[in-house]
Amino acid sequence: MSNLFAAARDRLPGKGKVADTRQQAFEAFERAGLPHRRIEEWKYTDLRALMREVKGLAPRPDTTALARAKAALARLAIRDAARLVLVDGIFVPEFSDLAGLEAGVSVQALREVLEDAGSQAAADLLTVSATDAMISLNAAMATDGVVVGIADGAALARPLHIVHVATAGSASSFTRSQFTVGKGARATLVESFVAADGARAYQANDALVITVGDGAELSQVRLVADADDAINITSQILSVGAKAKLNLVNMTSGGAVSRLQGFITLAGQGSELAVNGVNLLKGTQHGDTTLVVDHAVPNCTSREVFRAVVDDRAHSVFQGRIIVRPDAQKTDGKMMTRALLLSDEAEADNKPELEIFADDVSCGHGATSGALDDDLLFYLRARGLPEKAAQALLIQAFVGEAIEAIADDGLREAVMAAAENWLEARV
Amino acid sequence: MPAVQETVDRVRRIDVDQYRYGFETLIESDKAPKGLSEDTVRFISAKKNEPAWMLEWRLEAFRRWLTMTEPTWARVDYPKIDYQDLYYYAAPKPKKQVASLDEIDPEILKTYEKLGIPLREVAVLEGVVSPDGEAAPERSRIAVDAVFDSVSVATTFKAELKKAGVIFMPISEAIREHPELVKKYLGSVVPTSDNFFATLNSAVFSDGSFVYVPEGVRCPMELSTYFRINERNTGQFERTLIIADKGSYVSYLEGCTAPQRDENQLHAAVVELVALDDAEIKYSTVQNWYPGNSEGKGGIYNFVTKRGDCRGRNSKISWTQVETGSAITWKYPSCILRGDNSRGEFYSIAISNGFQQVDSGTKMLHLGKNTTSRIISKGIAAGRSQNTYRGLVTAHRKATGARNFTACDSLLIGDKCGAHTVPYIEAKNASATFEHEATTSKISEDVLFYCVQRGLSQEEAVGLVVNGFVKDVLQQLPMEFAVEAQKLISISLEGSVG
Repeated sequence: MSNLFAAARDRLPGKGKVADTRQQAFEAFERAGLPHRRIEEWKYTDLRALMREVKGLAPRPDTTALARAKAALARLAIRDAARLVLVDGIFVPEFSDLAGLEAGVSVQALREVLEDAGSQAAADLLTVSATDAMISLNAAMATDGVVVGIADGAALARPLHIVHVATAGSASSFTRSQFTVGKGARATLVESFVAADGARAYQANDALVITVGDGAELSQVRLVADADDAINITSQILSVGAKAKLNLVNMTSGGAVSRLQGFITLAGQGSELAVNGVNLLKGTQHGDTTLVVDHAVPNCTSREVFRAVVDDRAHSVFQGRIIVRPDAQKTDGKMMTRALLLSDEAEADNKPELEIFADDVSCGHGATSGALDDDLLFYLRARGLPEKAAQALLIQAFVGEAIEAIADDGLREAVMAAAENWLEARV
Repeated sequence: MPAVQETVDRVRRIDVDQYRYGFETLIESDKAPKGLSEDTVRFISAKKNEPAWMLEWRLEAFRRWLTMTEPTWARVDYPKIDYQDLYYYAAPKPKKQVASLDEIDPEILKTYEKLGIPLREVAVLEGVVSPDGEAAPERSRIAVDAVFDSVSVATTFKAELKKAGVIFMPISEAIREHPELVKKYLGSVVPTSDNFFATLNSAVFSDGSFVYVPEGVRCPMELSTYFRINERNTGQFERTLIIADKGSYVSYLEGCTAPQRDENQLHAAVVELVALDDAEIKYSTVQNWYPGNSEGKGGIYNFVTKRGDCRGRNSKISWTQVETGSAITWKYPSCILRGDNSRGEFYSIAISNGFQQVDSGTKMLHLGKNTTSRIISKGIAAGRSQNTYRGLVTAHRKATGARNFTACDSLLIGDKCGAHTVPYIEAKNASATFEHEATTSKISEDVLFYCVQRGLSQEEAVGLVVNGFVKDVLQQLPMEFAVEAQKLISISLEGSVG
């Protein structure tokens, strides 16, 4: 493993404190190694078995790679957004909509920030509160990313769209971005993971640090449509300020192995959090969503809705933990996770956890798993729908409950359309 | 919503400093030398006059135990146990060969009297007329096996049970008298290699109960074991094996208490249940080991492995537990639903106070077709205690039509304690239907609606539904247990969290 770091070192931006931080992070990763099933948080996603090894850093994209990336960008359904494009882990300004940024938005490439100063402040970009081997690995290896700031009180009309395009084969990319929403600001962030034609067996490791200021509102939509044999491990560390609102929607339909691990802290009183997730999995795909929602202060609300549709021999994992700290009274937390198994070989594992240290709270979770209701299918078929179409209609309604949380009409329709495409591909 | 005052008061009445069974019986005892080695295992085996195969079985477990490490995944925290600083065998010193109850050390009899456990059959025999002319109530007829430290001191109603063909005796006797049954079933549900504490138990278990209910027999009375730890620095390792042959039924109860002491004591029991075709086993526990004092000093470490195997078609195993004692509880009574159409149930009320730590729950492993399971767990945490429900529900590829319903509710009293829920739900079969809920409002909306419509408040309605459900099981406990248990159950549901 240490070869991995040594080989990449020259290409990793940042000297001084930044380089020291990387070194420490890599040592932390080496001590732990790839997470495996004996690590409780990774019980159902054993990377030692699923990933085996971390592949070498993807080469800097050349002109051919960029041309392929451009073609992939042209296929994106979401168009009316200010794009920030990362190709194989490198920020590409010429594909990005830097000129069209609205007032109050600042964007910098992580690489620039790290290279400019080997200072503690720059090194802090690589440090987060959560401890996890894959986050450590990301800190050690991150090549680039975007550092986005939304000024206090700014209300953005257009969403910002971070697009990760993979063009390389059998290589890995490490990206790390920071997204800071100022007090009272309003923004929408979209993230897409896509593959260019011919991108095979790559590994993406992304980390995103989001801070939502007091009274701010952020909605985030994340779409994972990686190549069939790709691995995507994403860690998100989010902090929500007082009376702020954060609304997340994630949909995973691509990738051989994908994991989204979110560590969300409700740090200011009166904040509201909604997390919605959809896994659409088939073949031998493995999709994992792991959430830790930490109610650190009183009077916060959190809602998690998760839907998994699992076909063929696919494997869906949902782990959600709500923590209520001792003084986080009047917390209102609810988590509902449902899995729909479409095949006898599909597997859905749910682990909704509650960890409660305050006595005046209302917390709950629910989890179900099962097949499509035969009675409902019969009802639709009796009215003339073919079986697959009837199934598709029911599945659409099933995942729709999570997708409906997207407030922006255009985005919601785009995500719903992506879900419908997945369903149509089944027929 | 915070807990209502009534609930707070009720829990207070069973707080750790109110422990009523903390007295010690001064009695001479016969102990194995301190520490654990092959010699200790041989000593215990020799004490029990065991056949060679049994000693070999124990030694094999002991050798495996040496290679194992103590599990650390549970949400409990305790100083490292020095396994060489314990006595693994303690028995009240026999004055002479005991032929009848009258010859048992009167101190022991007094102990059980104080605990309210009748070992004298005369008082409860059928047809005995009480002074006011009414026949003794049917429910007080319970056969008791009393285990004092490492040995069984008395078993009642042996003769009557024998008439029905039911074997109920200390397991040490069963090893000698029914080796074919013991050989066939011992370790078949909890293998000697199962986990650290179960393996330790396999090596050094000293006594426990053995029950065999033959084909088609409905056991004529409740069977019960009462465990008492008395000796200082002693670990108690009992082993219970219950076999319900085809079409039989048995209900079994266990109770446990221990004296108040400043040091911690280890209790690592193993319970194995086997239900063959159409058989049913109902296993109930009222666990009230000494929980430690109000500063968290002392108390029992209750590290227990309990598992039932629904081996036959249409078999049923149900676990009911009321847990109020022990400094630390680490226990997951489980059901392996192997036979088609078999059913597993787990009803639990775990109340923690003081510095108690509870990490308890169940496992329902659906292997057979159309197997069903139900889990109802209520955890109440007060004082500075930590109360965790940890449960696993899994459906195997071939478990078509499996169904599970789980509801676990927790209630916190005060802001120094914690209540946690850690369910694992693993579905590997599309036709398996799993429902897990941890909010009271979700318990059958229709029924709640029905009650509310007829004038009950929402809370009364919830109370009615859940209490009615749990009581259904608890009412089948004998009086002595039921009174205590029901007091705990009637705790209001208001303010519960998932």
